[in-house]
Amino acid sequence: MTDYSIRPIPQFDRAIIAGAGMAFVVFGLLPMFGSALVVDKLTMLFIYIILAVTWNLLAGYAGLVSVGHQAFVGLGAYMMLRMVEAGVPPFIAIVAGGAVIALIAWPMAAFVLRLRAGEFAIAMWVLAETIRSLVMLDPYIQGETGRSLVVLNAYDPDMRRNTIYLMALVLAGAVIVISYRLLHGRLGGETQAIRDDEEAAGSVGVSTFRVKRIIFVLSAVGCALAGTLWLASAITFQPRTAFGIQWSVFMLFMVLVGGLGSILGPILGAVLFMTLQVIFGDFGVWYLAGLGIVAMLFALHVPRGIVGLLSEKMGREPITMQKLLNPKRT
Amino acid sequence: MFEQLLQAILQGALLGGYYAIIAAGLSLMFGVVRFINLAHGDLSILGALITLSLVQILGLPVLAAIAVMLPLMAVIGWLMHMFLFERAMKGGFLLPILVTIGLGAALQNGMFGIWGSDTRSLGASIGSLAWSSWYLPGGIILGKLPVLIFGTAVIVIGALHLMLKRTGLGRAIRATASDPEAAELCGVDARQVHRAAAAIAVGLAAIAGVFLAMRAQITPYSGPAQLIFAFEAVVIGGIGSLGGTLIGGIILGLSQTLGGLISAQMSLLSGHLVFLGVLIWRICREEKLAHGGWRAGLKAVLGLSSKRRKLASGDLS
Repeated sequence: MTDYSIRPIPQFDRAIIAGAGMAFVVFGLLPMFGSALVVDKLTMLFIYIILAVTWNLLAGYAGLVSVGHQAFVGLGAYMMLRMVEAGVPPFIAIVAGGAVIALIAWPMAAFVLRLRAGEFAIAMWVLAETIRSLVMLDPYIQGETGRSLVVLNAYDPDMRRNTIYLMALVLAGAVIVISYRLLHGRLGGETQAIRDDEEAAGSVGVSTFRVKRIIFVLSAVGCALAGTLWLASAITFQPRTAFGIQWSVFMLFMVLVGGLGSILGPILGAVLFMTLQVIFGDFGVWYLAGLGIVAMLFALHVPRGIVGLLSEKMGREPITMQKLLNPKRT
Repeated sequence: MFEQLLQAILQGALLGGYYAIIAAGLSLMFGVVRFINLAHGDLSILGALITLSLVQILGLPVLAAIAVMLPLMAVIGWLMHMFLFERAMKGGFLLPILVTIGLGAALQNGMFGIWGSDTRSLGASIGSLAWSSWYLPGGIILGKLPVLIFGTAVIVIGALHLMLKRTGLGRAIRATASDPEAAELCGVDARQVHRAAAAIAVGLAAIAGVFLAMRAQITPYSGPAQLIFAFEAVVIGGIGSLGGTLIGGIILGLSQTLGGLISAQMSLLSGHLVFLGVLIWRICREEKLAHGGWRAGLKAVLGLSSKRRKLASGDLS
């Protein structure tokens, strides 16, 4: 009789997960002795991790490449600004501003998910531009000038920095854990089936649209949370920056270089991206041009990124989301 | 008021000529090669910046500079297809999007590194053409440059149409577009055809870029906006139809100038809204065909219907 039980998590993967848990605790204690600069950089790293993990959920697992998710980054930041203006405490608005984006992304999905692949990518971009123009019509934003989150200046700078840092850490951890649990479950299998062959997935009873919609909304909320956290640490909201295409380029770079369609890839990609930014950031545009070229080369020659190279070495993908059957036959 | 409206309509229609030129390249690539090049707008700016440098540094006349730049850009298009796009297309539908957006980022920032952040324009190099106009009865002012751009758009699209219908290359392109494998069996080298299409598309983008630099200011980061306009014109006009591209460009130009009458901010926004409206209408129409009737289709789109969409519209036949 063949054993159809699913293979348990290998030892090596358990070690990685334990390591990640330990890293989480260490990062949690870090504000007590780390300098302000380190805390700021790490906050940005956690924001990048949120962006990369959620965009990977969409592009790597559901096969929906969007170049318009800056729409949600900007909208999250805008929502937070508006909530704070309405009297919501800023630290609550960080989470609430991200969460309400689900209400916008849900109806939006009804239309955009019916488009073909390439059209979906650019239509999302046009939507991002449209939403930016609409936000700029709001007199409170003052057009190109933007607004600052002045309320945050009332808090003690150290307390503010550390709170935002811890929130970013917890949210990044939550995004990773949630997407891990999700992909391990039924939805993960359905999502990957759709990515690999939508018609075949539909024919075996996956309600493809519902699954894609859930993933789309989750990715939107993730990007919005990154947006609120970014606004909280940057203070200033400028429509051109908040809705800029650079967010998409960053996400693309992190996910492609780290490993599209793997759970570890975007996290590695974000760490690498942050490191590159610290080292080469001073080179300005040439650094950004280099990012574009590296992303392009990775897409062409190493489409599965660093994790893909690792898997080839190890003979299997570390922390894979594929369902592997138990090799033992009884 | 009426004059202002008429003026806006004329200007919008003429602006559509510019959009049609940049959209024609995108449409050709999409129709023939089934490839969306997200760096199309950046290539257009690259063509404009090269022309600008030839004129302002080497002192070439504008027409001579264009004559030098165009073959160069066509070769760039050919080589890009050979070394980047062909490989990207082999990897499914995700890879072309990823590769070309990376290419776009590299181009924008590379151009910034070479040419700097200054806004530039060819306006000063084309003499009176930049500002002189014809005065029509009824107080209507018709700029000579917009008319020239529109005329070029009509000629370019007409020439492209004739090329597709009458020449050997055109036949090869059409054959490859409808069935690359069957075309190969008949002795058409599909790869060469695709490369030629890419060369033409990049050439068209460059022409559009030069016109943009003549009528406005450009920066190395102007490309993405042009890509969005081109894409909007293509979708409004119907994908894969050259005549439709011209109509799509005109509709986009009209909605922008008419929106501009309300306020400056409304100009771009109304263009986007018309595009999104067309897209939503198209989706609803597909659902209508799949569900038999507008009401059922709309319900399906909004998720109100309890019936799951069982068949894609294509499976009905």
